Amino acid sequence: MVRFIIRRLGLAILVALTVSLISFSLLFLAGDPAIALAGEAATEEDIASIRSLYGFDRPIAVQYISWLSGAIMGDFGQSYYFKTPVINLIADKLPTTMKLGLAGISFAVLLSIPLGVIAALRPNSLIDRLALFISVVGQAMPTFWFSLILILIFAVNLGWVPVSGSDTWRHFILATIALGYFATPGIMRLTRAGMLEVLRADYIRTARAKGLSPAKVLFKHALRNAVIPVVGLLAVQLGFMLGGSIVIESIFALNGAGFLAFESINRNDFPVVQALILIFSLIYVLLTLLADLLNAWLDPRIRVM
Amino acid sequence: MKNHIIGVIALTLAMPASSFAGSDDNTLTVAFAREMETLHTFENTTREGVILSRHVWDGLIYRDTTTGEYVGNLANSWNWIDDTTLEFNLREGITFHNGEPFNADDVVATMNWVADPANGANPQRNVSWIASAEKIDDMTVRILLDEPFPAALEFLAGPVVIYPNTYFGEVGAEGMAQEPIGTGPYRLTENIAGERLILERYENYHEDSPKGTPTIDKIIWRTLPDANTRLAEKISGGVEWIWQVPADQADRMKVMNRFNVVNESTMRIGYLYFDASDRFGETPLDDVRVRKAISHAINRQAIVDNLLKGASMVVHSACFPSQFGCDTDVVKYDYNPEKAKTLLAEAGYPDGFEISFHAYRNRDYAEAMMSDLAAVGITPKLDYKKYAATRDQIQAGEVPFAFMTWGSYSINDISAITSTFFKGGVDDYARDQMVIDALETGDTVTDTVAREEAYSEALNRIADQAYWLPLFSYNTNYVFDKNLTFTPTPDEIPTFYGSSWN
Repeated sequence: MVRFIIRRLGLAILVALTVSLISFSLLFLAGDPAIALAGEAATEEDIASIRSLYGFDRPIAVQYISWLSGAIMGDFGQSYYFKTPVINLIADKLPTTMKLGLAGISFAVLLSIPLGVIAALRPNSLIDRLALFISVVGQAMPTFWFSLILILIFAVNLGWVPVSGSDTWRHFILATIALGYFATPGIMRLTRAGMLEVLRADYIRTARAKGLSPAKVLFKHALRNAVIPVVGLLAVQLGFMLGGSIVIESIFALNGAGFLAFESINRNDFPVVQALILIFSLIYVLLTLLADLLNAWLDPRIRVM
Repeated sequence: MKNHIIGVIALTLAMPASSFAGSDDNTLTVAFAREMETLHTFENTTREGVILSRHVWDGLIYRDTTTGEYVGNLANSWNWIDDTTLEFNLREGITFHNGEPFNADDVVATMNWVADPANGANPQRNVSWIASAEKIDDMTVRILLDEPFPAALEFLAGPVVIYPNTYFGEVGAEGMAQEPIGTGPYRLTENIAGERLILERYENYHEDSPKGTPTIDKIIWRTLPDANTRLAEKISGGVEWIWQVPADQADRMKVMNRFNVVNESTMRIGYLYFDASDRFGETPLDDVRVRKAISHAINRQAIVDNLLKGASMVVHSACFPSQFGCDTDVVKYDYNPEKAKTLLAEAGYPDGFEISFHAYRNRDYAEAMMSDLAAVGITPKLDYKKYAATRDQIQAGEVPFAFMTWGSYSINDISAITSTFFKGGVDDYARDQMVIDALETGDTVTDTVAREEAYSEALNRIADQAYWLPLFSYNTNYVFDKNLTFTPTPDEIPTFYGSSWN
């Protein structure tokens, strides 16, 4: 198990580094940071002096290494736009995204796993069809549309929850539903498929034959095995959610890291974009790693692969 | 499509009676789209920053928004000692929000700070005309200029506000961004970056300010990036004032008859520019007949009537008509596709040509123009990107033909637009020495008539050579509660200190 963990960890770090290197190079293709920094009344000399002041005239590899060595120490530089340390900006905005992501994934799990189990117990029944319908709708509706419909019904017309903002937990309700619902179809379908397969397996028939209660068979023997592929999917989905949803954060005025990333790209605010890409990719890589380890723990066969 | 959803559906559903909390506790909740980069006003380039600046700080003078006249604010009176020296007599008894008394030292400290380019005031153009300032006595101060700059008063009535010297000396730019202190009608009491600001009425605001005495106790300033969310908040009563509502949604809000919907012009104009000086390289646009053909091909009036609506109008000069020096009596290119085709044939392009066409906002306007161009045989290839990316490419000389806009930072003087784009800088694709010289004269002579003549010469040359096709002025729709008194102004700076609840 230890060797397995070390191998996976090494791979994860390499992936994170590669992502940051590629994004760093791509950003320099996208625009000239010196022009962005100089402002609109700048002359060509101003731009040239900024270029040398900030070291944009050095080779990209040199710039990358100096950026990375700062990043390891937690110094991501200053935001060009806000003129404040990038790390403070991210510390301000990441918690909102985290809260939303965790709430979203919990909502998705609470909705889709029971639906998937029920659907698998009565395949092709009305309940199965209904569960399928709910999940297809989730996949088919664009997030922005679904968010606005939620706002119209529950905030504008019924007035049960506020339209936007992040002051209280009530502000997060609609955003959580909008974000979580989008992840529901995949999880639900995978749970259903896993359950169907497991329920047909010999050991379930044996468990039933032993006279175990249906609940015990279902939860202890079937579900535990059926959710193994779901764990992997959950990690990926959570990674997406923690990366922030530009659409949802903007519509619900949640002011999180996803919207910050989007706006920073528009503003050519490279230090913020680079830092966020690195952090998002680290989160993603860590979650994938965690899913691998969790799977290995749930299913010993994986460890020897 | 996305922009229309709330407007369409809101009407089809039953509306609840929303509560108007604002008038009860004398609080006004307003919503803006963008998060400001900083609250330190000399580094803030957003429209939101311009608006905030008017509330938290005061300038030495003020431009009356109805008469357009300059009146004293922190200064009682002023006069030009010579072409490069402005003397001000300051008003007594004014204090900053932190209790610091206002006097000549504040003016000197602020002017000397902004005048030093190393301090990085942005945009530099707002302050680059200031050389330094000197104190004559406690209530008399002189501002010295590098060279004559007749538009100085316009800048002193706008972006150049006064900081408290002791506080600013202690906390610096960073501290000012955290806790802004001014003499303005509102003081900032809370700042949650990207979410909201809270402004409270400044009890000791000086009584004889031309801004008047504010009546609303508290302004909650929210940042709501999404246009649909702003509308939903407005309808549900979460905010009481919004602006920049698209024309079609404003029409629907009018039909609802629950809010005041007011349209007002802004100083922003749209324009097409052509690479006439080969910065991009050789293109058909080098030929003045081709530029004129394009000018005749585009039906600007139809775009105004069908898309912009409201207070918008077609403009012909490379400036906004209310700006000082904006001579509107220049060559006007009427909509005439036949003439456009003839001109193209004369220039050697009877079958038209293909050219890349850049734009960053109002894609529908850009597409209307493209179909007009297609009608005379020109095939524009649209390259639609975000503003920062488009601007960077333009300044690097990589864009031959684009639809752009400019709001002049609400400076009512054409040095804030024509001189920005035609004096040989990174944004100048005409590079016409005649225009550059005329603008240089206009920007530096103090005699009003001579200024107007110089600017007129530049604008006529620009129009004759069709370096730009000025398109139209923009407008904005304000939507606010019926019991709120609010008067929009054409300078696009909403002033809540002039608002009140009925």
